[in-house]
Amino acid sequence: MAKINTSKQEDTQVDGRRRDFIVVASYAMAGIGAAAVAWPLIDQMNPAADTLALASIEVDISKIDIGQSITVKWRGKPVFIRHRTEDEINIAQSVELSQLKDPQLDVDRVSNPKYLVMIGVCTHLGCVPLGQKTGEIKGEYDGWFCPCHGSHYDSSGRIRKGPAPVNLEIPPYTFETESLIKIG
Amino acid sequence: MSADKFSNPVVRWIDHRLPIFSFMDHELNEYPTPKNLNYFWNFGSLAGVSLVIMIVTGIVLAMSYTPHVDYAFQSVERIMRDVNHGWLLRYIHMNGASFFFIVVFIHIFRGLYYGSYKAPRELLWILGVLILLLMMATAFMGYVLPWGQMSFWGATVITNLFSAIPFIGDSIVTFLWGGFSVDNPTLNRFFALHYLMPFLIVGVVILHLVALHRFGSNNPIGIDPSGPQDTVPFHPYYTIKDFFGLSVFLTLFAAAIFFFPNFMGHPDNYIPANPMQTPAHIVPEWYFLPFYAILRAVPDKLGGVLAMFGAIAVLFILPWLDRSPIRSGNFRPIFKIFFWVFFADCIALGYLGGMPAEGIYVVLSRVATAWYFLHFLVILPLLSVIETPKPLPQSLSKSVLGGSAMAGAASAVKEKV
Ligand code: HEM
Ligand code: FES
Repeated sequence: MAKINTSKQEDTQVDGRRRDFIVVASYAMAGIGAAAVAWPLIDQMNPAADTLALASIEVDISKIDIGQSITVKWRGKPVFIRHRTEDEINIAQSVELSQLKDPQLDVDRVSNPKYLVMIGVCTHLGCVPLGQKTGEIKGEYDGWFCPCHGSHYDSSGRIRKGPAPVNLEIPPYTFETESLIKIG
Repeated sequence: MSADKFSNPVVRWIDHRLPIFSFMDHELNEYPTPKNLNYFWNFGSLAGVSLVIMIVTGIVLAMSYTPHVDYAFQSVERIMRDVNHGWLLRYIHMNGASFFFIVVFIHIFRGLYYGSYKAPRELLWILGVLILLLMMATAFMGYVLPWGQMSFWGATVITNLFSAIPFIGDSIVTFLWGGFSVDNPTLNRFFALHYLMPFLIVGVVILHLVALHRFGSNNPIGIDPSGPQDTVPFHPYYTIKDFFGLSVFLTLFAAAIFFFPNFMGHPDNYIPANPMQTPAHIVPEWYFLPFYAILRAVPDKLGGVLAMFGAIAVLFILPWLDRSPIRSGNFRPIFKIFFWVFFADCIALGYLGGMPAEGIYVVLSRVATAWYFLHFLVILPLLSVIETPKPLPQSLSKSVLGGSAMAGAASAVKEKV
């Protein structure tokens, strides 16, 4: 009696382990299935093909006088193009890297030091900084000032003071000719 | 629950198969409620009414609204000028959001003062905080729909909060936008979600009520009713009181709609969205200002975002921060002082959030932010250890009738009026 009993118990144990395996395997399959169904539902929110296929733009910069800036739209965002003055270039180039929150040399941010091309979107939370138009506040470092939460950028678009973590982003661009740049 | 409680045979027939009338009778009619509730207990039902008002006006607005960047602003202007009663519907919806938040904020401070978050109501409280979060998300997305300057830049700044998350932040923001900036895909999905979320709120509100009815309402004294002599049936006593509160609320609400419909809004939102130019001074809707102040107080991007979400997160764990077994602030002399200091701190944060982020405002925002967290993380846990509470009355009835000799009763009586 006792002996039969034990062997039966062993049987149930083995059965139990098999059943555990079947249960775990079924849950796993159901989980994978659920994830496979959920993915299209989630991924549809990412940029669509036409949004991704946004064309590049060409900008004629010959009409920008020294000390003036223009703003163009690229990928739905403003791009700042500034024809910098001698002073601005000198100051931008002479800053010590140790003074910078996001250390970067001015020469690494321009392909022609006269023209600064960058995305005019504050790296803090995305506002468009002031300083493009004459008369606008340019901040403590004579570059751009973001009014939203007070970020100051210098004449190279580098973050100097305020909550923004990094310098204004440089978009991919090339000089097609002396006075024509292609962004994107 | 016997079906012959109802005299109408149709009601009886239905109730036998689907006990919906028994349920309503149980939860809304005979439901025993502490007899000493003061007017701060009106704000739960007011919040419920506000939610219904928002859903009804929202659905009819959606019938004339167009979620497209080229048409959204005009479609809202058309609602204002051409759609029959459109101006009224929109002003109700617009001001309704503000009144909803006023009501819910008072409801929350009520809970904070009377210790309604303490055992056994922790889950009830947590569901409430969840409703607050859902409301904030709903209101934020609703504010984007008219596609004015504040809509656009509010959406930009708030979605960019997620870019602070290390490594995956930028992908998350692109995912939220469905593009490389706030644009038409963003507006479309915000409309879909703005339509959906209020119904999620309804779901959580139902859970909130189920949790409430498990132990019943807390009360100004904060001790449990000791028997039927301490409670009254919900109907007619509190239905009538809730209706009275509702008429006062609707009077004020109507006054705002008809006389100051744009007082709580921002004029810049009547300028169509311009992705090339940020308004000189962007501010969120007033109900977000305290959180906005906390965001700006921290000079680090990730830190600011964490602090802002932390300000809500700390509410979730409040039942475990304040360990004092005494619920009502009436019997906690030191807590009471700190409660009002905290209240003032929240008002101050709201004010500072609306001021430019410069000079003295930055310093004050930092102090107020520090105090906000200090209150929850240091003062409340400490008070639960060092404070000596006043003696509690023996029962609700005694405190209400005031005819007893206990020390605590005097202040309790004063409060119930
Ligand atoms: C929790 C409830 C709700 C809250 C807090 C809320 C909040 C808001 C807010 C703040 C606005 C912007 C008002 C303005 O400045 O013009 C808005 C707009 C809008 N909401 Fe809601 N809403 C809620 C429920 C709903 C529901 C259920 C719908 C149904 C579709 C809806 C549809 C709309 C529409 C179409 C607009 C754009 C028209 C307008 O701007 O007036 N809302 N909502
Ligand atoms: S968005 Fe520019 S400082 Fe915050």
